[in-house]
Amino acid sequence: MIFFIIIGMALVTMIPRVLPAYIVDKVHFPNWVNKWLNAIPYAALGALIFPGILSVKPEQPMVGILGGVVAIILALFGLNVILVVLGAIITVFITTL
Amino acid sequence: MTSKVASTTTEDTSSARLRMIQRGIAKGIPIMFGYLPIALTYGVLAKQAGLTVVEITLMSVFVFAGASQFMAASMMALGTGAMEIIIATFVLNFRHFVMSLSFMNRLKGFGQRWKVPLSLGLTDETFAVASIHTKEAKQEKGAYFYAALILTAYTSWVIGSFMGGILGDIIPAALSQSMGIALYAMFIGLLIPSVKKEVKVALIAIIAMLINYMCQLFMSEGWAIVTGTLIGALAGIHLLGDQEA
Repeated sequence: MIFFIIIGMALVTMIPRVLPAYIVDKVHFPNWVNKWLNAIPYAALGALIFPGILSVKPEQPMVGILGGVVAIILALFGLNVILVVLGAIITVFITTL
Repeated sequence: MTSKVASTTTEDTSSARLRMIQRGIAKGIPIMFGYLPIALTYGVLAKQAGLTVVEITLMSVFVFAGASQFMAASMMALGTGAMEIIIATFVLNFRHFVMSLSFMNRLKGFGQRWKVPLSLGLTDETFAVASIHTKEAKQEKGAYFYAALILTAYTSWVIGSFMGGILGDIIPAALSQSMGIALYAMFIGLLIPSVKKEVKVALIAIIAMLINYMCQLFMSEGWAIVTGTLIGALAGIHLLGDQEA
């Protein structure tokens, strides 16, 4: 039964992922659609960051915000993503001690 | 003379390939940081929900979508029916269709041999990193960059789940909670350089955040992220000039 669930989950996850690989060759998008698709990464990043970041420590949403602010500052200084991630982890670790 | 020229070209090609693979792994490391603790936690949770280590690992191998795997494990623990779990997975993961459409449109020149496997490796995180690195799509052997990036993430996800299933809770709670910020920090770390180049990018992201937030008040998280992403990017049509697009 669990295997049936896993196969079902795999199919409904794989199909939406793979369909665009066939669509982009068949369909010629007008310029505004291309611009729309090119803006999707930035919009997706926004939607993935907030409000999810509030749930890093669900009972204290400020912990996530603080980690995020530190990440923003480190990234503004031009640090490598790995250092941004480490800085945020350390911040949250110290705040929740 | 001819053979010498030919061998130099082969060397160039293979070193270009190697360079792309190295770059891909390097860009995949932050995802690994984020995935390992989450995968371990998923393994532990799924074990508690009654899955065997084989089932836990196979789900990671075939589904490779963290949030839906957590959801499935907790629904199984509650004794939810198979169809409900599968439909809920579809709803939660449909956002990858939107992301894949954007990513595949960038990789138009790659051919199905690359596009199909790369599309299957798309998660929120691999998409975020891959789509911020657009220049590799136009470079020689660029496909190896994206493949190495995705495989780094995929391997850490599968191994992490397996280890969570066999070892149980090995990360101290304080540390695993702190590492919960990792992927958000990575998203921020990817977004900020683009904002520095073009401030309007921040506006697109903020619109998407607010719409996602408002939508989550009355719809599921999966659809809220899709709606926020689509509308936020719609603003991008007017905000971004042709050079960024």
